[in-house]
Amino acid sequence: MFPCLKLRLLEERLQCISDFQKPKILLEQYVTPSHLGSHMLYTIQSQYGDISGKLVADLGSGCGALTIGAAVLDASLVVGFEIDEDAIKICQENVIEHEISNIDLVQCDVLKYAPSRFNDCFDTVLMNPPFGTKHNAGVDMKFLEIALNLSHNSVYSLHKTSTRKFILKRAESLGVKAEVLAELVYDLPTTYKFHKKKSVDIEVDFYRFTKQ
Amino acid sequence: MKLLTHNMLTSKCIKGVSVGYPLKINASDVKETEIDFNPEFVSKMIPKLDWPVLYEAADSLGKVGDLPKNIIENFENDEDFLKKVHHIMLEVEIVNGNLICPETGRKFPINNGIPNMLLNEDEI
Ligand SMILES: C[S@@+](CC[C@H](N)C(=O)[O-])C[C@H]1O[C@@H](n2cnc3c(N)ncnc32)[C@H](O)[C@@H]1O
Repeated sequence: MFPCLKLRLLEERLQCISDFQKPKILLEQYVTPSHLGSHMLYTIQSQYGDISGKLVADLGSGCGALTIGAAVLDASLVVGFEIDEDAIKICQENVIEHEISNIDLVQCDVLKYAPSRFNDCFDTVLMNPPFGTKHNAGVDMKFLEIALNLSHNSVYSLHKTSTRKFILKRAESLGVKAEVLAELVYDLPTTYKFHKKKSVDIEVDFYRFTKQ
Repeated sequence: MKLLTHNMLTSKCIKGVSVGYPLKINASDVKETEIDFNPEFVSKMIPKLDWPVLYEAADSLGKVGDLPKNIIENFENDEDFLKKVHHIMLEVEIVNGNLICPETGRKFPINNGIPNMLLNEDEI
């Protein structure tokens, strides 16, 4: 076990993250719920010691739920990569609100901006990637491959449970170790017009990938 | 944007650019923040940094102070040196300005501390 802020305190910090104002459906913008985000981050730090004193990246950092959470857990620096200017603005407000300075944000398209000098540079990469819809199926796998390039150690990510077989196979062919740390039920808010219900539950797996 | 981040950004993603590194800095607004000093982290980062690029960046912002031009020997045990590196790499921040591609002159604006590395379709 590694030292870690109390789970309850971390969750309280994440509860006051402001959300996307006008979520963009194509970018799959929704905040990782504070309950889920705090449990992920708590596990990453308390079980594996992969946040405190580390260089951490968050791919698709959005309003900053995971970025700020990792900064609160004393990452040496968290670099959040995000494509959308509106999300970045909200994230910046959240960062100011939380009074933290161990964060840098870079506006870029993670899929196109291959920051090659960043390769193998990060200790830990976190992400709640877009899962991909009809028009961009497999985008979470592309995020995963990029994350694995950036990290020299571990990647923590969420993927739909329905794709588990595929993800495990892909990880094997990439030569990385993949573990499902938890199965979660994620209630996606209906920022998605085509959802008729108020929210939909989807099953997601919380993964830890490690380079061997 | 911190100089640690600058040390890693490139413009290689632009079509036709071969190295795209280091990005030149043109800063109109620089600030200094305070970050907890973690000697192990700084020691671990030093071998990963492009030192001349860090030095040059700090110098161009007028923040180089008495940072040595070369990495010193046994830096792991020199707290004074590690503190200087900590300061330059994490506490000096570019708030507004531009990063400039060394090959094409393409500018990447930094607004409010955030570099915008997005490219147009015809640049990729
Ligand atoms: C599911 S949200 C997660 C947001 C945040 N990390 C969190 O945990 O609350 C996915 C984020 O990825 C961003 N995104 C989508 N495609 C991207 C791309 N190609 N490059 C960078 N960011 C992207 C979206 O704008 C959105 O903020």
